[in-house]
Amino acid sequence: MEQTVYSETFANGLTLLFEPMPWLQSVAFTLLVRSGNCHEPENRLGLAGVCLEMVQRGAGPRDSREIVEALDFLGVERSSSISTFHSIFSTAMIRTALEETLSIYADIVQRPSLLDDDLDDARQVALQELLAIKDDLAHRCLTELKRIRFQQPYGRSAYGSEEGIEAITIDDVQKQFENRFHASGSILSVAGNYDWNDLRNLVQKLFGSWSSKSFETEPDLKVSSTVGHIAEDSAQNYIALAYDCVPYQHPDYYESRGLIGVLSDGMSSRLFTEVREKRGLVYGISASCQSLKDRGSVFCYAGTTNGRAEETLQVTLETIQSLGDGVTEDELARLKSRIKTSLVLEQESCMSRSSQIASDWYYLARVPSRQEVAARVERLSCQSLLNHFNANPPKNWTLVTLGHEKLELPSAI
Amino acid sequence: MQFRSHTLDNGLEIIAEVNPNAFSLATGYFVKTGARDEISPKAGVSHFLEHMVFKGTSRRSAEQVNRELDELGSQSNAYTSEEQTVYYMTVLPENQSRTIDLLTDLMRPALRVEDFETERKVILEEIAMYDDQPPYGAIERAMEEFFGGHPLGIRVLGTAKTVSQLDAEYMRQYHAERYAPDNLCLVAAGAVDFDALIKQAEQLTRSWTPAGHTRKLAMPTVNPHSIHIQHPPAVQQYLVEIGLGPSRRDEKRFASRVLTSVLGDDSGSRIFWELVDNGLADTASLFTQEFQECGLIGAFIVCTPEDLDENWQRFQSIVDQCERDPITNKELVQAKNKICSGIVLGAERPSNRLFTVGNAWTLRNTYETVEEVLQNYSRVTVDDVNLALQGWMKQPRVLVTAGPTETCPLKS
Repeated sequence: MEQTVYSETFANGLTLLFEPMPWLQSVAFTLLVRSGNCHEPENRLGLAGVCLEMVQRGAGPRDSREIVEALDFLGVERSSSISTFHSIFSTAMIRTALEETLSIYADIVQRPSLLDDDLDDARQVALQELLAIKDDLAHRCLTELKRIRFQQPYGRSAYGSEEGIEAITIDDVQKQFENRFHASGSILSVAGNYDWNDLRNLVQKLFGSWSSKSFETEPDLKVSSTVGHIAEDSAQNYIALAYDCVPYQHPDYYESRGLIGVLSDGMSSRLFTEVREKRGLVYGISASCQSLKDRGSVFCYAGTTNGRAEETLQVTLETIQSLGDGVTEDELARLKSRIKTSLVLEQESCMSRSSQIASDWYYLARVPSRQEVAARVERLSCQSLLNHFNANPPKNWTLVTLGHEKLELPSAI
Repeated sequence: MQFRSHTLDNGLEIIAEVNPNAFSLATGYFVKTGARDEISPKAGVSHFLEHMVFKGTSRRSAEQVNRELDELGSQSNAYTSEEQTVYYMTVLPENQSRTIDLLTDLMRPALRVEDFETERKVILEEIAMYDDQPPYGAIERAMEEFFGGHPLGIRVLGTAKTVSQLDAEYMRQYHAERYAPDNLCLVAAGAVDFDALIKQAEQLTRSWTPAGHTRKLAMPTVNPHSIHIQHPPAVQQYLVEIGLGPSRRDEKRFASRVLTSVLGDDSGSRIFWELVDNGLADTASLFTQEFQECGLIGAFIVCTPEDLDENWQRFQSIVDQCERDPITNKELVQAKNKICSGIVLGAERPSNRLFTVGNAWTLRNTYETVEEVLQNYSRVTVDDVNLALQGWMKQPRVLVTAGPTETCPLKS
């Protein structure tokens, strides 16, 4: 089906994106505000998260309870999270609830109460989340990988640190809000059953007077190639591995994504076949691409019981290097078929589309259409994938293990 | 949207919610077998069999199965629960025939011994993975303790011991009994060609013979007690408490679901405001789970070991307080709106409707439109919810804590 994506950047710098999906009853929006964990002061790690929590604890005419009650009454499914560069609000609802929901979020990002009385509770919530994450061993392993690979300020955890959260004062929260919550650089992406003109007028009315600010340039990202280990008395050993690839905005991104697909997309992918199906070394193994600024990284993850970690790492590395032997026509056809299907299926979810178009705009300053992506994927060939691998062989490896077995990277890679 | 159903001569039921305008087709085999159909020493055989189904048939090797799943561009998977095993795929409508051919062939797996040994290792890894994950088996243990010798107490994954001892011959016998056509249902939702579906299924399953398997249903006898699991590496303390609730077929289940939303939803509920919003606990919620003859209403708390006792007392006092401070109409409307909005949003995807339609048919012998499901909630009154609360409060409970402490941190 032909796809249209509307965009408009208002005078204050807010970009509004809209993908109509008139066959749905629902509508979703994603709002990215430039308050991420890389913008926190070094001695206040966790401030972006606490600020995100605080803005939702009372805004405009409503207190915390009234905001939750209003959104529940409207039946809004919602979440909020912190990424390296953004505070992210995600929602989905029946189309008739959009106007009122957007007006509540307009208050949240422009007119939060930020009361000192609410800070203790917000800080306690952040500390609880931090404690809960300590029991999630896979998450801890990947967080450590990110920390040592991307260093400061890009390797930070979205959950901050205990010392950082405890030190946060109401002044810190207010300052973070004043410095970072502005229309400029913010992206509001909407997908679903709505009308573009109505939406544009609504957003102009609700967000048109949102303040602007020019942000300082973020520091360069340096990637560290090193090895780390967390000793833990666990049933499995967790292995997290990263190496360089091209980022989302690179012209050859689809070659890179294609190679990761051959490694990890589906049950016939190479990692699933070699590590799980042939050897039974793991239950789950995956590889995915993450872009951060101008760098891309492939992140691999596997979990295996004692005595099998070294073999798991070895087979994983050999499988990654096997991409240098080329990709078969069958593998390429399966890859294309999976991507083609997912391009069609994404039309069933306004939530996934609103999130995708926001991400596209952030990285590319435009939204490639489904037709364009399909045509680009169709152009992939076995030769183009091999050429890409040879020109961009895996390098700058980072390895983190968690559990009983500490592993090293072989010197040959 | 049109509902279609048909039963083949061999007993195989075929149902579909047909939506010609959908982008996709979701389809799957719902096998009416799960952990509750096992015996304790063989716990985990249904789940192990679910894994083995993907290891090839007489027509396809394991590699061919995996390749074909990906060639179809499918989003496919399988799961095993207490009451059923489900194999499902979401594909483009043009791939209906190839998808049905593959899925139907998978229902007659080769169960080769060499594959059996490799897959056993994968399942032992899966069990080890869950051993490391919160709440460290507390839910499975609570089910075992709650149901005692009742079949609903059998663990879906089995244990490392039972999985290590299972053999291929036993699995073949189990498969022959439980994967007979009269114990299966082929379900589809979305852009499905139903007439072609019947024709193809009839052709592919012509040689299948019914086995007349039935499931015995019986109410459990609950012996209220509590258990503590020590897991030294854990940082947080986990509490699970379960009591009897309405079954899948009980009309009172809607009021019960609204009750757990009002009292214990993860946002905007009474328990949320008293325990989660202020950071006393990471999680404090109520949940429901329904089976064919009975159901559960459960409490779940995650917090530091030192705060558990006080948090649990607060949790209980919020529930007790409902007698003096009954559920209000405002709370009822808020909870219903949340639940109904979730149902409408979920129903937009055939891959979600597949499970709603398939579960209703295989476990309750009924089909309901989205509108009918919404009406079931709109009929719930404040009195229904308060009655559900009173009923639940009288139920005997089993409580399990898991965490780093040597003994249960609850004082009473």
